[in-house]
Amino acid sequence: MTDMTANSAMGGTNSTLLLVMKARTFIALILVFMFFSIFAPNFLSAANMVIMSKHVALNAFLAIGMTFVIVSGGIDLSVGSIVGLCGMVAGYLLLNGMNFGLGWSIQFNTLEICILVACVGIAIGALNAFLITKLNVAPFIATLGTLYIARGAAMLSSEGETFPNLTGNPEYGSASYRMIGSGDFLGVPISIWMLIAVGLLAAYIARRTPLGRFIYAVGGNERAAGLSGVKVTQVKYFVYMFSGFCAALVGIIISSQLVAAHPATGDTFELNAIAAAVLGGTSMSGGRGRIGGTIVGAFVIGVLSDGLVMMGVSAFWQTVIKGIVIIAAVVLDQAQQKVQAKVALQAQAAVGK
Amino acid sequence: MTAHSDLTAETTHPVGLSIRGGTKVYPGTVALKDVDFDLRMGAVNVLVGENGAGKSTMMKIISGVEQLTSGEVRMDGEVVHLSSTDDAERHGIGIVFQELNLFPNLSVADNIFMAHEKTRGRIDIDSAAQHAETRALMQRLEHDIAPDTLVGDLKVGQQQIVEIAKSLARNARILILDEPTSALSSTEVEILFRVIDELKAEGVGIVYISHRLEELIRVGDYITVLRDGVITGAQSMEGVDIPWIVRNMIGDSSKDFAKEIEHPFGAEALRVENIRLPDSSGGFVVDGVSLSLREGEILGIYGLMGAGRTELLECIMGRHQHAAGEVHVSGRKMRKPSVSDRISHGLALIPEDRKHDGLVQILSIRENMTLSSLGAITRGGIDMDLGAERTRVADFVKRMVIKIASPEHQVSALSGGNQQKVVISKALMTGPRVLLMDEPSRGIDIGAKAEVFRVMRQLAADGLGIVFVTSDLEEVMSLSDRIIVMAEGRITGEFSHETATETALVTASAPRGAEGKEK
Repeated sequence: MTDMTANSAMGGTNSTLLLVMKARTFIALILVFMFFSIFAPNFLSAANMVIMSKHVALNAFLAIGMTFVIVSGGIDLSVGSIVGLCGMVAGYLLLNGMNFGLGWSIQFNTLEICILVACVGIAIGALNAFLITKLNVAPFIATLGTLYIARGAAMLSSEGETFPNLTGNPEYGSASYRMIGSGDFLGVPISIWMLIAVGLLAAYIARRTPLGRFIYAVGGNERAAGLSGVKVTQVKYFVYMFSGFCAALVGIIISSQLVAAHPATGDTFELNAIAAAVLGGTSMSGGRGRIGGTIVGAFVIGVLSDGLVMMGVSAFWQTVIKGIVIIAAVVLDQAQQKVQAKVALQAQAAVGK
Repeated sequence: MTAHSDLTAETTHPVGLSIRGGTKVYPGTVALKDVDFDLRMGAVNVLVGENGAGKSTMMKIISGVEQLTSGEVRMDGEVVHLSSTDDAERHGIGIVFQELNLFPNLSVADNIFMAHEKTRGRIDIDSAAQHAETRALMQRLEHDIAPDTLVGDLKVGQQQIVEIAKSLARNARILILDEPTSALSSTEVEILFRVIDELKAEGVGIVYISHRLEELIRVGDYITVLRDGVITGAQSMEGVDIPWIVRNMIGDSSKDFAKEIEHPFGAEALRVENIRLPDSSGGFVVDGVSLSLREGEILGIYGLMGAGRTELLECIMGRHQHAAGEVHVSGRKMRKPSVSDRISHGLALIPEDRKHDGLVQILSIRENMTLSSLGAITRGGIDMDLGAERTRVADFVKRMVIKIASPEHQVSALSGGNQQKVVISKALMTGPRVLLMDEPSRGIDIGAKAEVFRVMRQLAADGLGIVFVTSDLEEVMSLSDRIIVMAEGRITGEFSHETATETALVTASAPRGAEGKEK
């Protein structure tokens, strides 16, 4: 690779630029952190950190699922509604168990409830995938439909009422349900441990499994992936079901935190999830994105909104600022792609044609 | 060349455009070095050189896509600045790019008149007039393509015809054709040559870029050879032969096509019985094709565009769910069509359209190469051994002589020939017994072509069965052990290496029902 020395001066600056651009979300996170620790009182206190990380975790779960979907070339608008519906299902099961009208009912413990709720989320994900792969509905439309269906179902489950006092029942083994949202282990909230587990699992899938590679290939070029032997339909089923699973987890965590389930919970959460994924460098046209980037993106959005609240910035301005940050992220992303392509071309030119 | 002949050239074929001292520097590479080029009107100016020699760069400069770093472009003695394609178009320059620039979602007529719509009062598009002119253009190009057809539904060869029609519709005085025949069959090439003759007679200056050397000699009036951004030969076509071109293109070290390695054939590797694939209009794209291939054999399939060759390979590969017929690999009958199933049974396909079917452009070279064979580096069906993947990729990069800076770069950064080698590597990594290659030499330079052919011969000698599809007569004649000719979805001729002649192949490939179908 001796030829490369000729271009090293030019390639060098470009490589540094590329490195800075690749780490931009992380740099943004550090800057946001520094800014608020100076200007927002109590921002760095341990109590605030815990609260903030709990907020971020909710969005991060959804964004992880969303990242897989977007990388595969799709979109999942239904996650916010799945959060709402899953919260209601959890609330219903806690309060009533399952009643078949036979004069008796089945009651569940915490783990069983969690599994059932997760199945509901996964089932809606499977419905999304079925619509998209078998009936050829565009992902945007299919998931827009299930967004309404799931939200409507959540409303119907309680006629729009809240399920209150989800304290569980020690007799049924469901009293520990509250711990999911409020408990901690080694001083770190349970929900953060769950996020770490899901995040590591997702990152592992993305980087080290054939399934992960296939997700990228399907998003990059579905035809070529299919002709290379990738089972495109199975890959799509996985991403939507995984996204549904992540949304179900959020539904469980929120209902546990609030000790109540409201059918409107999770409204517009899907937009925050998309924003976090995009902020983390996920390309909306598919084929590109990282789980780590997405989590950092979720933190940027979360820290930004909590910090602005603490500084007393009006909610209206917060919305505007969030919008600007997202657009800036995408503009930077475009620039990064250009530099990256240039560096690759230069290196290729150095090798000779 | 004597001063006298120069003088006659000056009068019969005046210089319409010239580049003087043209240099183009891209970041990290000099694409053109101090180039002097004359484009003569009413003649075919042939431009030849290996990929990356600077042909495309030069054409991009003439068509206003790129600008010279130093030097000037003159038209009719005056310096012109072609700062955009619009500019070039105003000067009467039209270009048909190798990578077609069409809108697949719009109709043929819409494409031809894109941004030059025929309108009433500049607002209302006059579809009737556009359709009439499209029909006239298609008649002139001797192609039966309805103006309403969506371009996306056309075959690549037909799309190329639409591109040419587009330039004709804009009354281009200078027409640049970048590898116009790479996807055309020999009949279509004949039609194109007739159109070129007509245009020449009308005084249009044509720049013709191609890798097919015989074609250049046949059609060209003047030739310019480029090597590494420098013009190594420029003269009138008189007395030019293939060795002269090759010498100028690649220097003195002429590359010969690999010689045949003699080896015996093995057992039957692939048997295909009565494959049928219905098309949307009630007919059959592939109509009852049966064939058999032995280990170590190279079977060439020759035919025109739309003869069903590509579709046949796709059916064998299991891409079409509604295809009928049986496929046996090494004596085992394949179950219902599924690409991954067929790959696991030892079939591998190298698709015709590298960009859309062969590669995931956004992924790295490494990820593209191993996409079909991740199972081999995966432990327990889940955990990939990334170290083993890198070793495997490095091994194939070396074996296939792929020139890359790093396997982590996006595959789109590579030249056509290197991309094709990545696609072939991907197929070979699955350890196939039968390789299906669709136009394996499309859009790659002769150096890379020779290497691809060498690899094909080597693979066959190693016992692989190869089916390859091509519209290049010379290619099919020199590579194949056996040749099958297809027309209208059927097999219309089968020849051994000894019995095949060019005339026999061309005759067999002519669509029989063509006269009846016309009107």
